[in-house]
Amino acid sequence: MSAVGATRVEVAGVRAREALAPRKRPVNRHALVVHALLVSCIAVVAFPLYYAFIISTQDLQQVVQRPPRLLPSTHLWENYVEAWRKANMGRMLVNSAVMAVTVAVGKITISMLSAFAIVYFSFRGRMLCFWMIFITLMLPVPVRLMSTFEVVGTLGWLNSYQGLTIPLMASATATFLFRQFYLTIPNEMAEAAQLDGAGPLRFLWSFLLPLSWANIAALFVVLFIFGWNQYLWPLMITNTEAMRTVVIGLEGLIPRSGTELPTWNLIMAGAMMALLPPVAIIIFMQRWFVKGLVESEK
Amino acid sequence: MRRTLQSSKLAMRALAVLGALILLVPAPALAKTEIHFWHAMTGQLGDAVNELVKQFNESQGNYEVKPLRKGTYPETLTAAIAAYRQKSAPHIVQVFEVGTQTMMLSGAVLPVYQLMKEQEIKVDWKDFIAPVVGYYSKDGNLYSMPFNSSTPILYYNKDAFQKAGLDPSKPPQTWKQVEDYGKKLIASGAAKCGFSTGWPSWTMVENMHAWHDQPFATKRNGFDGLDVQLLINKELGVKHLGQLAAWQKDNVYSYGGRAGTADPKFVSGECGMYIQSSALIGGFTKGVKFQWATGQLPHWGAPYPKATSIIGGATLWVMKGKPAAENRGTALFLKFISDTNQQMWWHVTTGYLAISNSAVKNLETGYHFKRNPDQFTAFAQLTKGKATPNSQGLRLGNFVQIRDVIEGEMENIFAGKKTAKQGLDDAVAKSNDMLKEFAAQNKQ
Amino acid sequence: MKRTVFKNRWLPYLLVLPQMAVTVVFFFWPALKSFQLSLFRVSPFGDKMTFVGLDNFSKLLGDPEYYASVVNSFVFAGGVTVISVAAALVASGLATQKIRGLAAYRTLLLWPYGIAPAVAGIIFLFIFHPSYGVLPYFLSFVTSYEFNWLLKGWVAMTLVIAATAWTHLGYNIAFYIAGLLAIPASVMEAADVDGAGPIRRFTAIMFPLVSPITFYLVVLNMVFAFFESFGVIDAVTKGGPGQDTQIMVYKLYKDGFIGLNLGSSGAQSVILMAMVIGLTVLQFRFAERKVTYS
Repeated sequence: MSAVGATRVEVAGVRAREALAPRKRPVNRHALVVHALLVSCIAVVAFPLYYAFIISTQDLQQVVQRPPRLLPSTHLWENYVEAWRKANMGRMLVNSAVMAVTVAVGKITISMLSAFAIVYFSFRGRMLCFWMIFITLMLPVPVRLMSTFEVVGTLGWLNSYQGLTIPLMASATATFLFRQFYLTIPNEMAEAAQLDGAGPLRFLWSFLLPLSWANIAALFVVLFIFGWNQYLWPLMITNTEAMRTVVIGLEGLIPRSGTELPTWNLIMAGAMMALLPPVAIIIFMQRWFVKGLVESEK
Repeated sequence: MRRTLQSSKLAMRALAVLGALILLVPAPALAKTEIHFWHAMTGQLGDAVNELVKQFNESQGNYEVKPLRKGTYPETLTAAIAAYRQKSAPHIVQVFEVGTQTMMLSGAVLPVYQLMKEQEIKVDWKDFIAPVVGYYSKDGNLYSMPFNSSTPILYYNKDAFQKAGLDPSKPPQTWKQVEDYGKKLIASGAAKCGFSTGWPSWTMVENMHAWHDQPFATKRNGFDGLDVQLLINKELGVKHLGQLAAWQKDNVYSYGGRAGTADPKFVSGECGMYIQSSALIGGFTKGVKFQWATGQLPHWGAPYPKATSIIGGATLWVMKGKPAAENRGTALFLKFISDTNQQMWWHVTTGYLAISNSAVKNLETGYHFKRNPDQFTAFAQLTKGKATPNSQGLRLGNFVQIRDVIEGEMENIFAGKKTAKQGLDDAVAKSNDMLKEFAAQNKQ
Repeated sequence: MKRTVFKNRWLPYLLVLPQMAVTVVFFFWPALKSFQLSLFRVSPFGDKMTFVGLDNFSKLLGDPEYYASVVNSFVFAGGVTVISVAAALVASGLATQKIRGLAAYRTLLLWPYGIAPAVAGIIFLFIFHPSYGVLPYFLSFVTSYEFNWLLKGWVAMTLVIAATAWTHLGYNIAFYIAGLLAIPASVMEAADVDGAGPIRRFTAIMFPLVSPITFYLVVLNMVFAFFESFGVIDAVTKGGPGQDTQIMVYKLYKDGFIGLNLGSSGAQSVILMAMVIGLTVLQFRFAERKVTYS
């Protein structure tokens, strides 16, 4: 799992070497330069993660040692097991996954419906709805944290999956993406559908939805990561160990009371485990992600 | 023959399955009353809390305390407040010492002495050690149960002392000696810096004033009223911070950040001496590879008298509004953790102070302190010195922000952006504003 | 051009209902409560509320620290945006050249996006730590200057900008790659025929063609860095040293959440929201204009 990063660097290196190896065509100097630059870009970008991985394989003494060691050490297994146990990772990974998927799917669904309504209908209060949704981009979470907590409490949703996920669906990024996208769909399609006698829902289901898959995939990645990485809201709203998420578990490994030495190797092990699912999602859905953005930019 | 064996094997298996099924059927048990306990302890301290709670849960069958690490100290407090307003507060909340005034005036807590009185549980209040109790009492009554208290002490690297030609059994006792030793450590190459500090405001401002019997604020450090003003920009404050800034220039002192950020400076051997909470003894014992020992805080000597240091840490507060039946469980738990045995266990496991005199006495007679002399340094510093009104502790509203202000100005002073007088004057001005704000909030 | 619309009466209301419900209940209601608090002096436990009119606002506007936080926010947001967008453009430009292994390179460039900002902050804290960090260690071989971010404000600001920019990289790169890939091959081939070198190709063709994306990313990064990204600051510097890395959002969080001064943080929210509205309206005007002529 954590060797993915190292393997990918290797792959890139192999490919770079392939490009350098003598072939039937003469060696392309331009390609060489580009490869070199790319590899150095990646070195800079990936170094923090690589270093975090290294630390997660060391023991405490090696961590603060100078000169710092830049190669993996031997404590990988015990560190990861210990971090898993201490932070109760298993349950937390499930909670994080449920939260992230629910937020992503929920947001995509309601946004798609609203964007559809705003673009394809003309009704009283249309622009008002639009601006009301728009405004949600403008007030960051920390600002409305306490008040949202009170509202959720009044609804009786404390320490529940609904309380954890639904308040996070209240923002407009997805709606905008869908609106932009629908605006680029040629008018003829809607006209044709109407001539065919298809109702609006039919149009949505049979025409727009298939076209939107790339967008939906891209949004899923963005929203999954957004949901997965939330810290403050899950911290406030969950009252039992059983409901907590991975990022909270990770923070729990970091002693903040200042009267304890941080076990950095365990913390990094926890960090690696906390970031693997989002990174995995990016890697697997990367193709969809890029494609979805290409479509929406048209 | 074979068939009998087979059928008896089958019977055995059936019996085993049946047995397992019977075990699965829950025996009709009395539902235990749950007591929710929110705390901010992480890592090994968190493990110790869980272990302590387990001991209580196993010692009786009516109540089950459920500990939950709710976040950092500020996060835990904020969450408790939010929960209280939603009528879903926990029974017990761990609040750091700087939140004491906020909790006391909140109207949301049930003072511990009152809880014990209502539940008719006898607690020997006189047995608690004076500095800890003084901090958290009002009119002689204890409001919150002390849980994890510590005080700052001096740690020093014996190996480095040896290398620098200093006597490794003699820690510095005056600040002049600290300067001397620091310079020798650097000159001999035994260390790169003389000393560093953790929790800058707590160690270098709050404790220094108490230790030298100087007032930190008016109205007996805030105990006597809400119209309080800080006094840290007087002679001692300016002298001490000015000296630290000067020492910063030649590495006799090396600022390492707030809270515990500077810990690695000592652990890695970069600094030969370190002033931090006594609670780090456990961590250092495990993580430090060289020989080290402890001493009391350095003192400037004449004309300042020597009083005692003040504590830091957190206490457990009981939230109002719970039914009496549940309060009983809360009371029993608090009584349990303040019993001598649990006090001794907690101290030995975590390094936090034992808060009752009986526990301290037992630790003494059990040779615990002989075997761990460093643990005794903190006790001696707190209890053997002269207790004065200036060394009882601090009771200020908005103390979290005030500490933040003080540490911000300390950073300005150490970075050379302001002189000690300027920085302290600014800190006092801003803090006095916050104190006024707090007083106004709580006048109605 | 008039858009074709469907003619149902009730359906559109049903369709927007879920989002409107969530928005009203979980956005407007809490936001109004926060704003209400800005006019009061509130005790931490909320039991005592006194109306103080615009007192909280005047205190803020008379506080030099508040103005410092505004300046810090612009510096922070500006730094993050410039570094992250520029770096993303360069990296994407490289990753869309005609070479082998593009997919692998792209993946490797995208993945930092998945890391929680708090986690990224901790990793960078570790790399930059003055005592045991890797970077100061290597820098000490190059220069004897001490990059002590615990005391030197500009070093601390550089650190948080670098860490935050790093977390934004993946998102920016994704958009740029998509935009660069959308440039028709014919345009690039024409440039080739003209004998344009790679650098000329970049400045004369690619850069102008992706300028709408650049604009979008600049605004998005600015807004994010200004209003949302304090995970790194919270994990690493906590606004220090002094108040040198305290941005508006962080000050708001500190005052409200940690200092429990709900009145002041309410007032700060109002001011912050006014600024965001201003910025977003601006962006929207420009965006609409961009869309029509593209």
